[in-house]
Amino acid sequence: MKTFPVRGGIHPEYRKELTGELAIERLPLPERLYIPLQQHIGAPAEVLVQAGDLVAKGQVIARRQGNISVHHHASTSGQVVEVTEIPAPHPTGLPQATVVIAPDGQDVWGVLPAPIADPFAASPQAIAERVAESGIVGMGGATFPAAVKLNLGIQYRIETLLLNGAECEPYLTCDDRVMREYTDEVVDGARIMAHALGAARIVIAIEDNKPQALEKITAAAAAFPEITVTPVPVKYPMGSERHLTFAITGRETPARKLTADIGVVVHNVATARAVHQAVRFGRPLVSRVVTVSGQAIAQPKNIEAPIGARVSDLIEFCGGFSQPPERMVQGGPMMGSPLPGLDVPVVKGTSGILALTALEINDRPSDPCIRCGSCVAICACGLTPVEIAARIRHDDLDGAVKLGVMDCVSCGSCSWVCPSHIPLVHYFNYAKGAVNAKARVDQKTERTKTLAEAHNARLERLAAQRAASRKPKAAAAATDEAGA
Amino acid sequence: MYMLTAIGSLTAMGLALGGVLGVAARLLAVEEDPLELELQGLLPGSQCGQCGYVGCSQYAGALARGEAPVTLCTPGGKAVAEQLAKRLGVSVDLSDHVAPVPTYAFINEDLCVGCTRCIKECSVDGIIGANKQMHTVMADNCHGCGKCVEVCPTNAIKMVKIPKTLATWHWPKPQSETLH
Repeated sequence: MKTFPVRGGIHPEYRKELTGELAIERLPLPERLYIPLQQHIGAPAEVLVQAGDLVAKGQVIARRQGNISVHHHASTSGQVVEVTEIPAPHPTGLPQATVVIAPDGQDVWGVLPAPIADPFAASPQAIAERVAESGIVGMGGATFPAAVKLNLGIQYRIETLLLNGAECEPYLTCDDRVMREYTDEVVDGARIMAHALGAARIVIAIEDNKPQALEKITAAAAAFPEITVTPVPVKYPMGSERHLTFAITGRETPARKLTADIGVVVHNVATARAVHQAVRFGRPLVSRVVTVSGQAIAQPKNIEAPIGARVSDLIEFCGGFSQPPERMVQGGPMMGSPLPGLDVPVVKGTSGILALTALEINDRPSDPCIRCGSCVAICACGLTPVEIAARIRHDDLDGAVKLGVMDCVSCGSCSWVCPSHIPLVHYFNYAKGAVNAKARVDQKTERTKTLAEAHNARLERLAAQRAASRKPKAAAAATDEAGA
Repeated sequence: MYMLTAIGSLTAMGLALGGVLGVAARLLAVEEDPLELELQGLLPGSQCGQCGYVGCSQYAGALARGEAPVTLCTPGGKAVAEQLAKRLGVSVDLSDHVAPVPTYAFINEDLCVGCTRCIKECSVDGIIGANKQMHTVMADNCHGCGKCVEVCPTNAIKMVKIPKTLATWHWPKPQSETLH
């Protein structure tokens, strides 16, 4: 299949050989599981259990609230110890409501929803509903509720389901392993999702540095004419939704629109596997494959970990640290975020846990910009990072927005390529956050204004009513006097 | 004849008095500054008085006359200060402008005696409660003016910082030692 060349991009050292050939291992059940109520984009789920409750594996312990939200389930059977606030797996480590479960060691599934016998005869809504019930989010790391994306078929005409097996982040091999070891599950999940979306065509795109995955998926998909498996060139950020869509269709997604606007929905391969499990067996998403890697890890591994296992549990399973890590990262090294500590749990979006040495992070002080233009040349979004960063530095956020900072996907290629080590992507992340914060303040001001106006209108109305009621009384008093 | 005199005298009086009124309207007109109105539109309009003026229109007036700095509006914060500066064409260095930490009022319900004074004071109807009933603040409506704190007879109200949450947090601006 012909692919289209994506603008810009970089070729970092991939270092996938640390874990690429290691089969997925199951994490022994840890002593405690910490399941946060917010592991997804959208509203946090509402907790349904309290301390002392017995829960079965797969039981709903938090119910979704609102349209963009998902259920969360008990990852194993056991007893709820408490519902409390613990540091979130987030750079700040801010407290987050979390259900703590003490596993009973049985690890048996509770009562699950019945499998959908023939998913291709079921209505798209029924599939999306099952995916929503099963707590499935985008597992590439974005954690957007998968059911919401499956419902896009209602509003948009979807031609293509694009299954993202690019895995362009260095170090990470979890998607590669899932494609190799659960090939049939991935392919079946993709077919179910395409049915839910009403998409006639499925394209499975895999970077050509994963020949075994390509081979296995191609063999498994051979029976289905609607599936095309295509290698895409190795280039970061090929796995970005918009860039992969361009590579496959040659069409650019308009700014601040969805890929669905051009008839494409992108899902990760691990999401497809989760959909297969939910639809065929009624099993909710209670575990995920995590790549634990980096040169500070004694034995890097791909681990299937229950949601809620702590990072320290996984590191212990990997034999601990071979040397003290300089930085702990969750996700990939390019777009991942620093971990606040080792006590935070693995959540639905945790694709990797990296313990990096000083040599690997290559932290250097930044020098003045020499205006070499490298960042402009490699920007996969066609932006001018040097110009945007200059405006942000001088607090000219409007100027940065005009130059398109909101279209930046934060891939970090510009920071990577900068010979002066200017933290360009940090400027953009700050600017995007600050612009959103300002929008929230504006909204609040607008609300205050409305409330104050309503308050004044009410006072005036009351005053008018009082005046009106006083007049008839006065008139009545006058008549009384006259009568007397 | 009498009729004509009556009509004539009344017409004359009407014209004369009308003339006086017309002249008075011209001479004694209160000038409404269009700039002032426009500035007032930019302000939150909650009449909280935190700027030190009685209300938003008074602050807008002072701004229009160039007597007040643009940074006084606490509920409006940096965003409103920027808009005011832009409209007035003044440059203002907001980089050191320490935005006051956003707060909301919190009623200690054990101390509340249900006097409704705070409710009467609140310009955004942010407090619910009734006579001799416990009151509480709807934090989403509160814009942190703190007027209720002053009127509470039992000191039951205090201003609380709005906590930073995962939903509102964003990366800080990178600290760079060198100029790029």
